[in-house]
Amino acid sequence: MTQLPDGRFVDDAPYDPQASLLELERKDLDAPNWVLIWRKFKTHRLGLISGAFLLICYLLLPVVGFIAPYGPNQRMSEHLYSPPQSINLFHEGEFLGPFIYPMTSEADLETFQWVFEPDYNTPMKLEFFCEGKGYNIAGLIPSNTHLFCAPEGATLFLWGSDRLGRDIFSRILYGAQLSLTVGLIGISVSFVLGIFFGSVAGYFGGRIDWVINRVIEVLRSLPELPLWLALSAAVPSNWSPVAVFFIISVILGILDWPGLARSVRAKFLSLREEEYVRAAEMMGASSGRVIRKHLIPNFMSHLIASATLSIPAMILGETALSFLGLGLRAPAVSWGVMLNDAQNLASIEIYPWTAIPMLPIVVIVLAFNFFGDGLRDSLDPYQQ
Amino acid sequence: MEILRYAFYRFGTMLLTLWVVSILVFVIINLPPGDYLSNQIAELRASGQSAGVAKAEFLRSEYALDKPLWQQYLIWVGFMPGPHGFSGLVQGNFGWSFEFDRPVAEIVGDSLWLTVLVNLAAVLFVYVVALPLGVLAAARARSWVDYTSAFVGYLGLATPNFLLALILFYYGHRWFNLPIGGLMDPAFEGEPMGWEKVKSILIHLIVPTFVIGTSGASAMMQRLRANMLDELGKPYVETAIAKGMSPSRMLAKYPLRVAFNPFVADIGNLLPAMISGSVLVSVVLGLQTIGPTLLTALKTQDMFLSGFVLMFVALLTLIGTMISDVLLVLLDPRIRYEGRDA
Repeated sequence: MTQLPDGRFVDDAPYDPQASLLELERKDLDAPNWVLIWRKFKTHRLGLISGAFLLICYLLLPVVGFIAPYGPNQRMSEHLYSPPQSINLFHEGEFLGPFIYPMTSEADLETFQWVFEPDYNTPMKLEFFCEGKGYNIAGLIPSNTHLFCAPEGATLFLWGSDRLGRDIFSRILYGAQLSLTVGLIGISVSFVLGIFFGSVAGYFGGRIDWVINRVIEVLRSLPELPLWLALSAAVPSNWSPVAVFFIISVILGILDWPGLARSVRAKFLSLREEEYVRAAEMMGASSGRVIRKHLIPNFMSHLIASATLSIPAMILGETALSFLGLGLRAPAVSWGVMLNDAQNLASIEIYPWTAIPMLPIVVIVLAFNFFGDGLRDSLDPYQQ
Repeated sequence: MEILRYAFYRFGTMLLTLWVVSILVFVIINLPPGDYLSNQIAELRASGQSAGVAKAEFLRSEYALDKPLWQQYLIWVGFMPGPHGFSGLVQGNFGWSFEFDRPVAEIVGDSLWLTVLVNLAAVLFVYVVALPLGVLAAARARSWVDYTSAFVGYLGLATPNFLLALILFYYGHRWFNLPIGGLMDPAFEGEPMGWEKVKSILIHLIVPTFVIGTSGASAMMQRLRANMLDELGKPYVETAIAKGMSPSRMLAKYPLRVAFNPFVADIGNLLPAMISGSVLVSVVLGLQTIGPTLLTALKTQDMFLSGFVLMFVALLTLIGTMISDVLLVLLDPRIRYEGRDA
C-alpha cells in the first residue's frame, strides 16, 4: 500500500486483468452448508450461550454422582426440612478456604417444627475428592469418590433438605438425568412419526394426504394435557420406574408429532416439483430412496430447529404429569417428582426452598427456546 | 349468505371431528386393564362379600359392560340401543359414575359452567393484555417497553403453570388479600346466583385467569408485534407520516387493521393449550371446574366420568376453534371459503 502525494492509497500488487471478480465470493459459495450456518449462528450471542450451556448440562449427566455430595435417596433423619447452607470463605476476617458452619437442629414444641441454628463459632472445612455414598458413572462404572462433601459430623445442604431429610441439590442433579432425557426420547418418537406421516402425505398426495391431514387436524385441535393425563393413568402402577419413564416419554411424543408432520408435508409439496427429484425418479429411484436421499436431507436442519423448540413443552409436560402424581413415581427422581413436595401453600410459605427445582426448569426451558430461535434464524445462510 | 354456508360447513366438520374424538376417548378410557366394576367384583369376592357382588354384577349388565367393546362404544355414544333403549351421550345421558355412585351429569353439574367461565375469562384476558402491549411493543420497538414485555413473556412461557399459580396465590393473598383456593366463597356454594355471589366469583377469578392467560398472552403479543413491525415498514405508513397524521391515529387506522386478522384467528391455535392449562391450574388451586374431577376419575378408573369430562374438554376446544375460524372469515374477505389450508 503506498500513499500518493495527493493523499490517496494505492495497492502495490500488480493488476491482473484476468482475475475473476467472483473469486472472493467463490470461497463462500463453495463452503459446506454447516460452515455457513455456524458462521451465522456465532453472531447470535444468546443462542450461542444457551447452546453451550445445554451442551455442558448434557455432558455432565453421566457424572452427576461425582458432583452431588449425597445420593438421590440418602436420608438424614436428623435434618428434616433443613434450610439452605452457604459456603463461606472468610471466618472473622480470616481466609480459611471454603468452609461451612454446622447446623444444629432443635424441636420447637410450640409450632412442632424443627428449628435450625448455624453454629458460627466452629467453621468446618469442606472436604474434596472424598469418599461417600457409592454410585455408578454413566450407570456402569461403580465409584464412591465425590467432588466435595460435608466435613465429618456436619451436613452440607446447599439448597436445603426436603421432607425426608434428603439433599435437594443432589436430588436436582440426579433429577436432571430423567427430566432432561424425557424430552430427547419424546422428541425422537415425535420425529420419527412426524417425518414418516408428513413425507408420506406430502410425497404421495391424494387420498393418503387427505386422511393424514384430517388426523393431524383432529390431534392438533385437542387439548394435550387431559390426553396425557388419561394415557399415563393407563400405565399400570406395578411397572418398574424405568419402564414408566420410557412409556411416559413415548406418550409425550405420541401427541407431539402432528405439528412436525405438518411442516414436513408443506416442505415436501414444494420440493416434490424440483428438477433433481424429477431426475432421480427418471433414473428409476424408488420413492423410498427419493424421500430418504434427496428430500429429507434438504430440510433436516429446519426439522432439527423446530424439534429443539418443542423439547421444552415435553420437559414441562413431564413436570406437570409427575407433579400431579400420574407421571414418574417416588423412587425415581425427576424435577416434577421433587415439586410434588411443594404442592401446597404451606410448604411454599414455611419451606420455600422445596420449590427450588423450578429454577432449573425455567433455566433449561429458556435455554432451549433461545437456542432453537438462534438455530432457526441461522439456518438459511444464503439469505441476508 | 356465503358466510352462513361456510359456518354450516365448519359446523359439519366439527361434528365429524367430535365423532372421531369420541372413538379416541373411548379407546383411551378403556386402555387400563379391566374396568371399575370387574376390579370391584374381584375385590369383593376376595373379601367374601357376596351381597356387594350381586349389586356390581347388576350394574355391569345395566351399563352393558359385559358386552364386546365395539358394542359398548355404540351404546355409550347412543348409536345403539343399550339395556334401556337409546340412551347415550347423543341423547343427553352421560352415564353413571361408579366411584361416586351417582349419575355423571349430577356430579359435573355446575362445574361445567364454571369451566366455561374460567376459560372465557382467560381468553378475554389474553385479548385485553396482548392487544395494547403488542401494539405498544411494536410502536416503541427496541425501547424498555419492548424489552420488558419480551422478558415477561419469555418468563411466562418458561415457568410451569402450576408453580406460577401457587406463587401468585401466596403473594396475592399476602399483599392484596386475595382469597385462597376455590372459585367462590364457601358460603355461596349451592346458593342461587346473586350480586354478592357474582362479586365473590369475580374476585376469586383474578389469579386463575392471570395464570392460565399469561403464556397465551405472551405468545399472542409477540405475534402481534411481529405483524405490526412488518406493516410499519411499508411505504403507506411513511406516506401517512409525511401527510402529518398523528402517530396514534395512523397506527389505529392502517397497520393495526391489517395485523388484526391473525390476532383473531390465532385464538384457535392457542385454545387447546389454554384449556390444558386450565385443567392443571384447577387441580392445583382447587377450583370447582372439571379439572379435579378428571384427575380423580382417571386415578380411580371411573371410565364414564373421565370419558365425559374428556369429551367435554374436547368439545369446548372445538367450539372455540370454530368460532375463531368463522370470525376470521367475517373479518377478512380475502380468506377462501374452502378448507383452511387446502
